[in-house]
Amino acid sequence: MSAILEIDNLHVAIGAANVLRGVSLRVEAGEVRGLVGESGAGKSMVGRTIFGLLPSRAKITAGCVSFEGRDLLALPDRQRRDLLGRRIALIPQDPMTSLNPVRRIGAQMAAVLQLHLKLSKRAALARAAELLTEVAIRDPARVLTLYPHELSGGMRQRVLIATAFACDPSLVIADEPTTALDVTVQRQVLQLVERMRQRHGAAILFVTHDLGVVAKICRSMTVLHAGRVLEDGLTADVLVKPHHAYTRALLAATPRADRPADALKPVPPALIESLWAEAHRLDQLAAARPA
Amino acid sequence: MADLVLSGPITAAPSRWRSAVARGGARLWAGGLIVALLLLIALFAPVIAPHDPAEQDLMSAQLPPAFMRGGEAAFPLGTDSLGRCVLSRLMYSARTAVAVALIASALAALIGIALGLIAGAFGGLSDQLVSRMIDVWMAFPPVLLSIVLAAVIGAGLTSVIAAIVVVDWTRFARIVRAETQAQLARDYAAAARVLGLTRAQALRLEILPNLIPLIVTLLAVEMGIAILVEVILSFVGISVTGDTASWGGMITEGRQIVYQAPWIMALPIAAVIVSVIGFNLFGDGLRAALDPVQRR
Repeated sequence: MSAILEIDNLHVAIGAANVLRGVSLRVEAGEVRGLVGESGAGKSMVGRTIFGLLPSRAKITAGCVSFEGRDLLALPDRQRRDLLGRRIALIPQDPMTSLNPVRRIGAQMAAVLQLHLKLSKRAALARAAELLTEVAIRDPARVLTLYPHELSGGMRQRVLIATAFACDPSLVIADEPTTALDVTVQRQVLQLVERMRQRHGAAILFVTHDLGVVAKICRSMTVLHAGRVLEDGLTADVLVKPHHAYTRALLAATPRADRPADALKPVPPALIESLWAEAHRLDQLAAARPA
Repeated sequence: MADLVLSGPITAAPSRWRSAVARGGARLWAGGLIVALLLLIALFAPVIAPHDPAEQDLMSAQLPPAFMRGGEAAFPLGTDSLGRCVLSRLMYSARTAVAVALIASALAALIGIALGLIAGAFGGLSDQLVSRMIDVWMAFPPVLLSIVLAAVIGAGLTSVIAAIVVVDWTRFARIVRAETQAQLARDYAAAARVLGLTRAQALRLEILPNLIPLIVTLLAVEMGIAILVEVILSFVGISVTGDTASWGGMITEGRQIVYQAPWIMALPIAAVIVSVIGFNLFGDGLRAALDPVQRR
Protein backbone atom coordinates (compact mmCIF):
# COMPACT_ATOMS: atom_id res chain seq x y z
CA MET A 1 0.00 0.00 0.00
CA SER A 2 1.17 3.49 -0.74
CA ALA A 3 0.75 6.52 1.46
CA ILE A 4 -1.90 9.04 0.40
CA LEU A 5 -0.98 11.50 3.08
CA GLU A 6 2.40 11.75 4.67
CA ILE A 7 3.08 14.25 7.40
CA ASP A 8 6.70 14.45 8.40
CA ASN A 9 8.00 16.16 11.54
CA LEU A 10 5.40 18.96 11.42
CA HIS A 11 5.99 21.86 13.78
CA VAL A 12 3.38 24.60 14.18
CA ALA A 13 3.59 27.54 16.54
CA ILE A 14 0.95 30.12 17.38
CA GLY A 15 2.82 33.16 18.56
CA ALA A 16 5.29 31.93 21.16
CA ALA A 17 3.36 28.75 21.92
CA ASN A 18 4.22 25.52 20.15
CA VAL A 19 1.08 23.59 19.27
CA LEU A 20 2.59 20.85 17.12
CA ARG A 21 6.00 19.54 18.10
CA GLY A 22 7.07 17.27 15.31
CA VAL A 23 4.02 15.30 14.25
CA SER A 24 4.63 12.49 11.78
CA LEU A 25 1.76 10.56 10.37
CA ARG A 26 0.99 8.32 7.40
CA VAL A 27 -2.38 7.54 5.92
CA GLU A 28 -2.35 4.64 3.45
CA ALA A 29 -4.70 4.56 0.47
CA GLY A 30 -8.15 3.43 1.50
CA GLU A 31 -7.41 2.97 5.19
CA VAL A 32 -9.10 4.54 8.18
CA ARG A 33 -6.64 6.06 10.60
CA GLY A 34 -7.69 7.37 13.97
CA LEU A 35 -6.04 10.47 15.35
CA VAL A 36 -6.66 10.44 19.08
CA GLY A 37 -5.83 12.84 21.84
CA GLU A 38 -7.34 14.91 24.60
CA SER A 39 -8.46 18.45 23.92
CA GLY A 40 -5.50 20.72 23.30
CA ALA A 41 -3.39 17.84 22.00
CA GLY A 42 -3.26 19.42 18.55
CA LYS A 43 -5.61 17.04 16.73
CA SER A 44 -7.55 19.78 15.00
CA MET A 45 -4.39 21.70 14.17
CA VAL A 46 -3.23 18.78 12.03
CA GLY A 47 -6.43 19.02 9.99
CA ARG A 48 -6.26 22.79 9.83
CA THR A 49 -2.70 22.64 8.51
CA ILE A 50 -3.77 20.31 5.73
CA PHE A 51 -6.65 22.59 4.74
CA GLY A 52 -4.66 25.80 5.11
CA LEU A 53 -7.06 27.03 7.76
CA LEU A 54 -4.50 27.79 10.43
CA PRO A 55 -5.15 31.03 12.34
CA SER A 56 -3.30 33.95 10.82
CA ARG A 57 -0.85 34.13 13.72
CA ALA A 58 0.09 30.48 13.35
CA LYS A 59 3.35 29.59 11.65
CA ILE A 60 4.57 26.32 10.29
CA THR A 61 8.09 26.28 11.65
CA ALA A 62 9.25 22.96 10.26
CA GLY A 63 8.14 19.79 8.57
CA CYS A 64 6.30 18.85 5.43
CA VAL A 65 2.89 17.57 4.44
CA SER A 66 2.77 15.61 1.26
CA PHE A 67 -0.45 14.51 -0.35
CA GLU A 68 -0.33 12.04 -3.24
CA GLY A 69 3.33 12.84 -3.59
CA ARG A 70 2.87 16.61 -3.72
CA ASP A 71 4.08 18.99 -1.04
CA LEU A 72 0.87 20.63 0.15
CA LEU A 73 2.60 23.40 2.06
CA ALA A 74 4.61 24.54 -0.95
CA LEU A 75 1.76 24.29 -3.43
CA PRO A 76 0.59 27.53 -5.05
CA ASP A 77 -2.78 28.70 -3.81
CA ARG A 78 -4.57 27.88 -7.04
CA GLN A 79 -3.43 24.27 -7.25
CA ARG A 80 -4.11 23.79 -3.57
CA ARG A 81 -7.69 25.01 -3.99
CA ASP A 82 -8.09 22.60 -6.86
CA LEU A 83 -7.22 19.72 -4.49
CA LEU A 84 -9.46 20.90 -1.68
CA GLY A 85 -12.97 19.55 -1.95
CA ARG A 86 -11.98 17.38 -4.92
CA ARG A 87 -9.13 15.15 -3.67
CA ILE A 88 -9.19 16.09 0.04
CA ALA A 89 -12.52 16.67 1.72
CA LEU A 90 -13.65 17.52 5.22
CA ILE A 91 -16.48 16.23 7.34
CA PRO A 92 -16.78 19.08 9.81
CA GLN A 93 -17.29 18.79 13.51
CA ASP A 94 -20.53 20.65 14.00
CA PRO A 95 -23.31 19.98 11.49
CA MET A 96 -25.43 22.72 13.03
CA THR A 97 -23.12 25.53 11.96
CA SER A 98 -21.21 24.10 9.02
CA LEU A 99 -23.93 24.65 6.44
CA ASN A 100 -24.71 28.12 5.18
CA PRO A 101 -27.97 29.08 6.89
CA VAL A 102 -29.40 31.08 4.00
CA ARG A 103 -28.68 28.77 1.07
CA ARG A 104 -30.66 25.72 0.11
CA ILE A 105 -29.10 22.28 0.59
CA GLY A 106 -29.22 21.69 -3.16
CA ALA A 107 -27.36 24.89 -4.01
CA GLN A 108 -24.68 24.16 -1.44
CA MET A 109 -24.10 20.59 -2.60
CA ALA A 110 -24.26 21.52 -6.27
CA ALA A 111 -21.68 24.27 -5.78
CA VAL A 112 -18.93 21.71 -5.10
CA LEU A 113 -19.87 19.58 -8.07
CA GLN A 114 -20.11 22.58 -10.38
CA LEU A 115 -16.79 23.95 -9.18
CA HIS A 116 -14.70 20.80 -9.36
CA LEU A 117 -16.41 18.49 -11.82
CA LYS A 118 -17.63 21.30 -14.10
CA LEU A 119 -21.14 19.87 -14.08
CA SER A 120 -24.08 21.95 -15.20
CA LYS A 121 -26.42 23.12 -12.48
CA ARG A 122 -29.00 20.56 -13.50
CA ALA A 123 -26.53 17.68 -13.61
CA ALA A 124 -25.04 18.77 -10.30
CA LEU A 125 -28.44 18.74 -8.63
CA ALA A 126 -29.18 15.29 -10.05
CA ARG A 127 -25.84 14.02 -8.74
CA ALA A 128 -26.54 15.64 -5.36
CA ALA A 129 -29.83 13.76 -5.16
CA GLU A 130 -27.99 10.49 -5.85
CA LEU A 131 -25.51 11.27 -3.11
CA LEU A 132 -28.32 11.96 -0.67
CA THR A 133 -29.82 8.60 -1.57
CA GLU A 134 -26.48 6.99 -0.77
CA VAL A 135 -26.58 8.43 2.73
CA ALA A 136 -30.11 7.05 3.14
CA ILE A 137 -31.98 10.32 3.14
CA ARG A 138 -35.66 9.95 2.50
CA ASP A 139 -37.07 12.04 -0.35
CA PRO A 140 -33.77 13.54 -1.58
CA ALA A 141 -35.37 15.78 -4.20
CA ARG A 142 -37.35 17.50 -1.47
CA VAL A 143 -34.37 17.83 0.86
CA LEU A 144 -32.41 19.61 -1.87
CA THR A 145 -34.96 22.44 -1.81
CA LEU A 146 -34.80 22.90 1.97
CA TYR A 147 -32.75 25.24 4.10
CA PRO A 148 -30.38 23.80 6.72
CA HIS A 149 -32.49 24.89 9.68
CA GLU A 150 -35.32 22.75 8.37
CA LEU A 151 -33.26 19.60 8.92
CA SER A 152 -32.27 17.85 12.14
CA GLY A 153 -28.64 17.61 13.26
CA GLY A 154 -28.38 14.01 12.12
CA MET A 155 -29.82 14.88 8.70
CA ARG A 156 -27.41 17.78 8.31
CA GLN A 157 -24.49 15.54 9.19
CA ARG A 158 -25.67 13.13 6.48
CA VAL A 159 -25.75 16.02 4.01
CA LEU A 160 -22.22 17.02 5.00
CA ILE A 161 -20.98 13.44 4.64
CA ALA A 162 -22.60 13.18 1.21
CA THR A 163 -20.97 16.49 0.22
CA ALA A 164 -17.56 15.35 1.45
CA PHE A 165 -17.66 12.30 -0.79
CA ALA A 166 -19.21 14.18 -3.72
CA CYS A 167 -16.09 14.39 -5.89
CA ASP A 168 -14.71 10.94 -4.93
CA PRO A 169 -11.82 12.28 -2.87
CA SER A 170 -8.89 10.04 -2.01
CA LEU A 171 -8.71 11.45 1.53
CA VAL A 172 -11.49 12.53 3.84
CA ILE A 173 -10.65 14.20 7.10
CA ALA A 174 -13.39 13.65 9.65
CA ASP A 175 -12.94 16.22 12.39
CA GLU A 176 -14.80 14.71 15.35
CA PRO A 177 -17.93 14.29 13.21
CA THR A 178 -19.84 12.58 16.01
CA THR A 179 -19.05 14.94 18.87
CA ALA A 180 -22.01 17.25 18.38
CA LEU A 181 -24.51 14.42 17.97
CA ASP A 182 -26.27 12.24 20.50
CA VAL A 183 -25.24 8.63 20.92
CA THR A 184 -27.95 6.98 18.83
CA VAL A 185 -27.25 9.26 15.88
CA GLN A 186 -23.49 8.81 16.35
CA ARG A 187 -23.78 5.13 15.49
CA GLN A 188 -25.66 5.86 12.28
CA VAL A 189 -23.11 8.45 11.29
CA LEU A 190 -20.23 6.03 11.83
CA GLN A 191 -22.00 3.44 9.70
CA LEU A 192 -22.57 6.03 7.01
CA VAL A 193 -18.98 7.16 6.94
CA GLU A 194 -17.85 3.55 6.70
CA ARG A 195 -20.31 2.79 3.91
CA MET A 196 -19.37 5.87 1.91
CA ARG A 197 -15.69 5.03 2.36
CA GLN A 198 -16.20 1.55 0.93
CA ARG A 199 -18.28 2.83 -1.95
CA HIS A 200 -16.02 5.72 -2.93
CA GLY A 201 -12.70 4.16 -1.89
CA ALA A 202 -11.35 7.06 0.11
CA ALA A 203 -8.91 6.96 2.98
CA ILE A 204 -10.12 8.57 6.16
CA LEU A 205 -8.26 10.43 8.84
CA PHE A 206 -10.65 10.20 11.74
CA VAL A 207 -9.93 12.85 14.35
CA THR A 208 -11.57 11.98 17.66
CA HIS A 209 -11.14 11.77 21.39
CA ASP A 210 -13.32 8.69 21.57
CA LEU A 211 -11.30 5.46 21.80
CA GLY A 212 -14.50 3.48 21.40
CA VAL A 213 -15.03 4.99 17.95
CA VAL A 214 -11.43 4.28 17.02
CA ALA A 215 -11.73 0.66 18.09
CA LYS A 216 -14.84 0.31 15.98
CA ILE A 217 -13.78 1.74 12.65
CA CYS A 218 -10.05 2.51 12.48
CA ARG A 219 -7.46 0.15 11.09
CA SER A 220 -4.56 2.11 12.50
CA MET A 221 -4.25 4.90 15.02
CA THR A 222 -2.02 7.71 16.20
CA VAL A 223 -2.05 8.99 19.75
CA LEU A 224 -1.26 12.67 20.14
CA HIS A 225 -0.41 14.61 23.26
CA ALA A 226 0.92 18.14 23.61
CA GLY A 227 1.54 18.20 19.87
CA ARG A 228 3.67 15.06 19.92
CA VAL A 229 2.97 11.57 18.64
CA LEU A 230 3.16 9.21 21.59
CA GLU A 231 2.03 6.05 19.90
CA ASP A 232 1.40 4.90 16.38
CA GLY A 233 0.37 1.55 14.99
CA LEU A 234 -2.42 -0.80 14.02
CA THR A 235 -5.45 -0.28 16.21
CA ALA A 236 -5.54 -3.91 17.23
CA ASP A 237 -1.91 -3.80 18.41
CA VAL A 238 -2.15 -0.46 20.16
CA LEU A 239 -5.31 -1.29 22.04
CA VAL A 240 -4.12 -4.72 23.12
CA LYS A 241 -0.50 -3.88 23.81
CA PRO A 242 -0.06 -0.13 24.31
CA HIS A 243 3.60 0.85 24.57
CA HIS A 244 3.27 4.26 26.06
CA ALA A 245 2.14 4.84 29.65
CA TYR A 246 -0.21 7.58 28.43
CA THR A 247 -2.04 5.26 26.06
CA ARG A 248 -2.41 2.70 28.86
CA ALA A 249 -3.79 5.41 31.12
CA LEU A 250 -6.22 6.57 28.39
CA LEU A 251 -7.48 3.02 27.92
CA ALA A 252 -7.95 2.62 31.66
CA ALA A 253 -9.98 5.82 31.60
CA THR A 254 -12.37 4.56 28.91
CA PRO A 255 -15.73 3.41 30.23
CA ARG A 256 -16.68 -0.11 29.25
CA ALA A 257 -19.85 -2.02 29.84
CA ASP A 258 -17.98 -5.09 31.09
CA ARG A 259 -16.22 -3.21 33.86
CA PRO A 260 -17.73 -1.68 36.98
CA ALA A 261 -17.91 2.10 36.94
CA ASP A 262 -15.47 2.48 39.85
CA ALA A 263 -12.81 0.65 37.84
CA LEU A 264 -12.45 3.81 35.76
CA LYS A 265 -9.21 5.57 36.47
CA PRO A 266 -8.47 9.12 35.41
CA VAL A 267 -5.16 9.69 33.64
CA PRO A 268 -2.73 10.30 36.55
CA PRO A 269 -1.91 14.02 36.88
CA ALA A 270 1.73 13.18 37.49
CA LEU A 271 1.91 11.49 34.09
CA ILE A 272 0.35 14.50 32.34
CA GLU A 273 2.75 16.82 34.10
CA SER A 274 5.76 14.76 33.14
CA LEU A 275 4.57 14.73 29.53
CA TRP A 276 4.19 18.50 29.44
CA ALA A 277 7.55 18.95 31.15
CA GLU A 278 9.09 16.77 28.49
CA ALA A 279 7.40 18.80 25.75
CA HIS A 280 8.68 22.07 27.18
CA ARG A 281 12.16 20.60 27.55
CA LEU A 282 12.07 19.74 23.85
CA ASP A 283 10.93 23.30 23.07
CA GLN A 284 13.90 24.71 24.95
CA LEU A 285 16.28 22.34 23.22
CA ALA A 286 14.89 23.38 19.86
CA ALA A 287 15.10 27.07 20.76
CA ALA A 288 18.70 26.71 21.95
CA ARG A 289 19.73 25.01 18.74
CA PRO A 290 20.73 27.58 16.11
CA ALA A 291 18.41 27.41 13.14
CA MET B 1 -24.26 -2.30 6.30
CA ALA B 2 -27.76 -3.34 5.44
CA ASP B 3 -29.06 -2.10 8.75
CA LEU B 4 -28.54 1.52 7.86
CA VAL B 5 -31.42 3.53 9.22
CA LEU B 6 -33.31 5.67 6.75
CA SER B 7 -33.60 9.28 7.81
CA GLY B 8 -36.82 10.44 9.40
CA PRO B 9 -39.60 12.08 7.40
CA ILE B 10 -39.32 15.79 6.63
CA THR B 11 -41.81 18.06 8.32
CA ALA B 12 -40.81 21.43 6.87
CA ALA B 13 -43.62 23.63 5.61
CA PRO B 14 -43.92 23.54 1.81
CA SER B 15 -44.96 27.11 1.01
CA ARG B 16 -42.12 29.56 1.34
CA TRP B 17 -43.72 32.69 0.00
CA ARG B 18 -46.67 32.46 2.29
CA SER B 19 -44.59 31.79 5.38
CA ALA B 20 -42.16 34.56 4.44
CA VAL B 21 -44.96 37.06 4.14
CA ALA B 22 -46.44 35.79 7.39
CA ARG B 23 -43.10 36.36 9.15
CA GLY B 24 -43.04 39.92 7.83
CA GLY B 25 -46.41 40.49 9.49
CA ALA B 26 -48.31 43.76 9.72
CA ARG B 27 -45.11 45.82 9.40
CA LEU B 28 -44.49 44.42 5.94
CA TRP B 29 -48.04 45.14 4.81
CA ALA B 30 -48.34 48.63 6.28
CA GLY B 31 -44.83 49.66 5.21
CA GLY B 32 -45.23 48.13 1.78
CA LEU B 33 -48.54 49.90 1.27
CA ILE B 34 -47.13 53.31 2.19
CA VAL B 35 -44.02 52.83 0.04
CA ALA B 36 -46.05 51.56 -2.91
CA LEU B 37 -48.44 54.50 -2.59
CA LEU B 38 -45.54 56.94 -2.46
CA LEU B 39 -43.95 55.39 -5.53
CA LEU B 40 -47.23 55.44 -7.44
CA ILE B 41 -47.89 59.07 -6.55
CA ALA B 42 -44.37 60.03 -7.61
CA LEU B 43 -44.64 58.10 -10.84
CA PHE B 44 -48.09 59.35 -11.83
CA ALA B 45 -48.00 62.86 -10.34
CA PRO B 46 -48.64 64.57 -13.71
CA VAL B 47 -51.68 62.36 -14.28
CA ILE B 48 -53.33 62.49 -10.89
CA ALA B 49 -52.45 65.98 -9.67
CA PRO B 50 -55.51 68.28 -10.02
CA HIS B 51 -53.39 71.33 -10.95
CA ASP B 52 -50.05 72.34 -12.32
CA PRO B 53 -47.87 72.71 -9.19
CA ALA B 54 -46.49 76.02 -10.41
CA GLU B 55 -49.82 77.45 -11.50
CA GLN B 56 -50.58 80.53 -9.39
CA ASP B 57 -54.05 81.77 -8.64
CA LEU B 58 -53.59 84.87 -6.48
CA MET B 59 -57.35 85.31 -6.21
CA SER B 60 -57.60 82.12 -4.18
CA ALA B 61 -54.44 82.30 -2.05
CA GLN B 62 -54.21 80.62 1.36
CA LEU B 63 -57.41 78.69 0.90
CA PRO B 64 -57.93 76.06 3.62
CA PRO B 65 -58.39 72.38 2.64
CA ALA B 66 -61.76 71.49 1.12
CA PHE B 67 -63.04 69.75 4.24
CA MET B 68 -62.51 72.88 6.36
CA ARG B 69 -64.74 75.92 6.49
CA GLY B 70 -64.06 78.18 3.52
CA GLY B 71 -62.36 75.47 1.46
CA GLU B 72 -63.03 74.94 -2.23
CA ALA B 73 -63.55 71.59 -3.92
CA ALA B 74 -61.13 72.57 -6.68
CA PHE B 75 -58.29 72.65 -4.15
CA PRO B 76 -58.72 69.50 -1.98
CA LEU B 77 -55.88 70.44 0.38
CA GLY B 78 -56.08 74.17 -0.02
CA THR B 79 -53.61 76.60 -1.55
CA ASP B 80 -50.45 78.34 -0.43
CA SER B 81 -49.80 82.08 -0.27
CA LEU B 82 -49.29 82.24 -4.02
CA GLY B 83 -52.51 80.37 -4.67
CA ARG B 84 -50.81 77.15 -5.77
CA CYS B 85 -52.58 73.85 -5.17
CA VAL B 86 -51.04 72.22 -2.05
CA LEU B 87 -52.08 68.69 -3.04
CA SER B 88 -50.48 69.01 -6.46
CA ARG B 89 -47.31 70.41 -4.92
CA LEU B 90 -47.20 67.56 -2.39
CA MET B 91 -47.53 65.06 -5.21
CA TYR B 92 -44.82 66.64 -7.34
CA SER B 93 -42.57 66.92 -4.28
CA ALA B 94 -42.89 63.17 -3.86
CA ARG B 95 -41.06 62.84 -7.19
CA THR B 96 -38.08 64.74 -5.85
CA ALA B 97 -38.16 62.78 -2.59
CA VAL B 98 -38.44 59.38 -4.25
CA ALA B 99 -35.76 60.16 -6.82
CA VAL B 100 -33.36 61.20 -4.08
CA ALA B 101 -34.30 58.25 -1.88
CA LEU B 102 -33.79 55.65 -4.58
CA ILE B 103 -30.71 57.00 -6.31
CA ALA B 104 -28.82 58.25 -3.27
CA SER B 105 -29.46 55.14 -1.16
CA ALA B 106 -28.55 52.81 -3.98
CA LEU B 107 -25.27 54.61 -4.62
CA ALA B 108 -24.43 54.89 -0.92
CA ALA B 109 -25.21 51.18 -0.50
CA LEU B 110 -23.07 50.20 -3.48
CA ILE B 111 -20.02 52.08 -2.26
CA GLY B 112 -20.53 51.18 1.38
CA ILE B 113 -21.10 47.48 0.77
CA ALA B 114 -18.10 47.17 -1.51
CA LEU B 115 -15.75 48.90 0.93
CA GLY B 116 -17.27 47.11 3.93
CA LEU B 117 -16.85 43.70 2.30
CA ILE B 118 -13.26 44.42 1.36
CA ALA B 119 -12.41 45.67 4.84
CA GLY B 120 -14.20 42.82 6.56
CA ALA B 121 -12.92 40.03 4.37
CA PHE B 122 -9.34 41.00 3.72
CA GLY B 123 -8.51 42.74 6.97
CA GLY B 124 -5.03 44.10 7.45
CA LEU B 125 -4.16 47.31 5.66
CA SER B 126 -7.40 47.56 3.67
CA ASP B 127 -9.39 47.21 6.87
CA GLN B 128 -7.31 49.89 8.59
CA LEU B 129 -7.73 52.22 5.64
CA VAL B 130 -11.49 51.85 5.38
CA SER B 131 -12.07 51.87 9.13
CA ARG B 132 -10.07 55.03 9.71
CA MET B 133 -11.82 56.69 6.80
CA ILE B 134 -15.17 55.81 8.39
CA ASP B 135 -14.01 57.17 11.76
CA VAL B 136 -12.97 60.48 10.24
CA TRP B 137 -16.15 60.70 8.19
CA MET B 138 -18.38 60.03 11.15
CA ALA B 139 -16.69 62.71 13.22
CA PHE B 140 -18.44 65.33 11.05
CA PRO B 141 -22.09 66.12 11.76
CA PRO B 142 -23.75 64.68 8.64
CA VAL B 143 -26.21 67.50 7.98
CA LEU B 144 -23.48 70.10 8.29
CA LEU B 145 -21.31 68.08 5.93
CA SER B 146 -24.18 67.87 3.44
CA ILE B 147 -24.75 71.62 3.63
CA VAL B 148 -21.07 72.34 3.06
CA LEU B 149 -20.98 69.87 0.19
CA ALA B 150 -24.13 71.22 -1.40
CA ALA B 151 -22.75 74.73 -1.02
CA VAL B 152 -19.48 73.72 -2.66
CA ILE B 153 -20.94 71.67 -5.53
CA GLY B 154 -23.79 74.10 -5.94
CA ALA B 155 -27.51 73.71 -5.32
CA GLY B 156 -29.58 71.17 -7.22
CA LEU B 157 -30.74 67.58 -7.14
CA THR B 158 -27.36 66.16 -8.12
CA SER B 159 -25.60 67.85 -5.26
CA VAL B 160 -28.22 66.65 -2.79
CA ILE B 161 -27.69 63.09 -4.00
CA ALA B 162 -23.92 63.50 -3.93
CA ALA B 163 -24.08 64.90 -0.41
CA ILE B 164 -26.14 61.97 0.84
CA VAL B 165 -23.91 59.39 -0.84
CA VAL B 166 -20.74 60.97 0.44
CA VAL B 167 -22.05 61.13 3.98
CA ASP B 168 -24.03 57.92 4.28
CA TRP B 169 -21.84 55.29 2.66
CA THR B 170 -20.24 54.90 6.10
CA ARG B 171 -23.50 53.60 7.50
CA PHE B 172 -23.34 50.63 5.12
CA ALA B 173 -19.59 50.15 5.23
CA ARG B 174 -19.44 50.00 9.01
CA ILE B 175 -22.19 47.44 9.44
CA VAL B 176 -21.28 45.31 6.42
CA ARG B 177 -17.67 45.18 7.59
CA ALA B 178 -18.64 44.01 11.08
CA GLU B 179 -21.14 41.47 9.79
CA THR B 180 -18.69 40.11 7.22
CA GLN B 181 -16.16 39.51 9.95
CA ALA B 182 -18.81 37.83 12.09
CA GLN B 183 -19.94 35.58 9.24
CA LEU B 184 -16.38 34.69 8.24
CA ALA B 185 -15.76 33.43 11.75
CA ARG B 186 -18.64 30.98 11.43
CA ASP B 187 -18.00 27.33 10.60
CA TYR B 188 -19.77 27.39 7.28
CA ALA B 189 -17.36 30.00 5.94
CA ALA B 190 -14.41 27.77 6.82
CA ALA B 191 -16.29 24.83 5.31
CA ALA B 192 -16.69 26.82 2.09
CA ARG B 193 -12.96 27.50 1.89
CA VAL B 194 -12.28 23.81 2.46
CA LEU B 195 -14.38 23.05 -0.61
CA GLY B 196 -11.81 24.91 -2.66
CA LEU B 197 -13.59 28.21 -3.17
CA THR B 198 -11.46 31.30 -3.59
CA ARG B 199 -11.91 34.10 -1.13
CA ALA B 200 -13.87 36.12 -3.68
CA GLN B 201 -16.11 33.15 -4.52
CA ALA B 202 -16.73 32.46 -0.84
CA LEU B 203 -17.65 36.10 -0.31
CA ARG B 204 -20.07 36.16 -3.21
CA LEU B 205 -21.66 32.75 -2.69
CA GLU B 206 -21.56 32.33 1.05
CA ILE B 207 -21.17 35.63 2.85
CA LEU B 208 -23.16 38.06 0.71
CA PRO B 209 -26.41 36.03 0.82
CA ASN B 210 -26.18 36.10 4.61
CA LEU B 211 -25.89 39.87 4.54
CA ILE B 212 -28.94 40.44 2.38
CA PRO B 213 -31.57 40.74 5.14
CA LEU B 214 -29.29 43.24 6.85
CA ILE B 215 -28.60 45.20 3.67
CA VAL B 216 -32.29 45.38 2.77
CA THR B 217 -33.13 46.78 6.18
CA LEU B 218 -30.32 49.29 5.97
CA LEU B 219 -31.38 50.29 2.48
CA ALA B 220 -34.98 50.94 3.53
CA VAL B 221 -33.91 52.91 6.58
CA GLU B 222 -31.42 54.80 4.41
CA MET B 223 -34.21 55.77 2.00
CA GLY B 224 -36.08 57.30 4.92
CA ILE B 225 -32.97 59.15 5.98
CA ALA B 226 -32.33 60.34 2.42
CA ILE B 227 -35.83 61.79 2.28
CA LEU B 228 -35.19 63.59 5.56
CA VAL B 229 -31.87 64.97 4.38
CA GLU B 230 -33.43 66.17 1.15
CA VAL B 231 -36.14 67.91 3.18
CA ILE B 232 -33.54 69.55 5.41
CA LEU B 233 -31.46 70.70 2.45
CA SER B 234 -34.44 72.06 0.57
CA PHE B 235 -35.65 73.68 3.79
CA VAL B 236 -32.44 75.68 3.94
CA GLY B 237 -32.73 76.29 0.22
CA ILE B 238 -29.80 74.35 -1.23
CA SER B 239 -31.72 71.54 -2.86
CA VAL B 240 -33.84 71.73 -5.98
CA THR B 241 -34.10 75.24 -7.32
CA GLY B 242 -36.79 77.56 -8.53
CA ASP B 243 -40.23 76.25 -9.22
CA THR B 244 -39.57 72.58 -8.57
CA ALA B 245 -41.76 71.54 -5.67
CA SER B 246 -40.17 69.93 -2.65
CA TRP B 247 -41.44 69.16 0.82
CA GLY B 248 -38.65 71.10 2.48
CA GLY B 249 -39.36 74.12 0.33
CA MET B 250 -43.05 73.93 1.17
CA ILE B 251 -42.21 73.83 4.87
CA THR B 252 -40.08 76.95 4.48
CA GLU B 253 -42.87 78.78 2.72
CA GLY B 254 -45.46 77.65 5.22
CA ARG B 255 -43.33 78.61 8.20
CA GLN B 256 -43.86 82.33 7.65
CA ILE B 257 -47.63 82.10 7.70
CA VAL B 258 -47.99 79.21 10.11
CA TYR B 259 -50.45 81.18 12.29
CA GLN B 260 -52.71 82.21 9.43
CA ALA B 261 -52.57 78.99 7.38
CA PRO B 262 -51.08 76.13 9.44
CA TRP B 263 -51.97 73.44 6.86
CA ILE B 264 -49.44 74.80 4.39
CA MET B 265 -46.65 73.75 6.74
CA ALA B 266 -48.39 70.84 8.48
CA LEU B 267 -49.22 68.88 5.32
CA PRO B 268 -45.66 68.53 3.92
CA ILE B 269 -44.43 67.66 7.42
CA ALA B 270 -47.06 64.94 7.63
CA ALA B 271 -46.02 63.67 4.21
CA VAL B 272 -42.40 63.42 5.34
CA ILE B 273 -43.30 61.64 8.57
CA VAL B 274 -45.58 59.14 6.88
CA SER B 275 -43.08 58.28 4.15
CA VAL B 276 -40.16 57.86 6.57
CA ILE B 277 -42.26 55.64 8.83
CA GLY B 278 -43.37 53.72 5.74
CA PHE B 279 -39.79 53.01 4.65
CA ASN B 280 -38.75 51.97 8.16
CA LEU B 281 -41.70 49.62 8.59
CA PHE B 282 -41.15 48.16 5.15
CA GLY B 283 -37.47 47.54 5.85
CA ASP B 284 -38.22 45.93 9.17
CA GLY B 285 -40.89 43.70 7.68
CA LEU B 286 -38.62 42.71 4.77
CA ARG B 287 -35.85 41.79 7.14
CA ALA B 288 -38.10 39.38 8.95
CA ALA B 289 -39.50 38.00 5.70
CA LEU B 290 -36.12 37.50 4.03
CA ASP B 291 -34.47 35.75 6.95
CA PRO B 292 -35.23 32.05 6.45
CA VAL B 293 -33.79 31.09 9.81
CA GLN B 294 -35.89 33.53 11.78
CA ARG B 295 -32.99 34.13 14.06
CA ARG B 296 -34.61 37.02 15.84
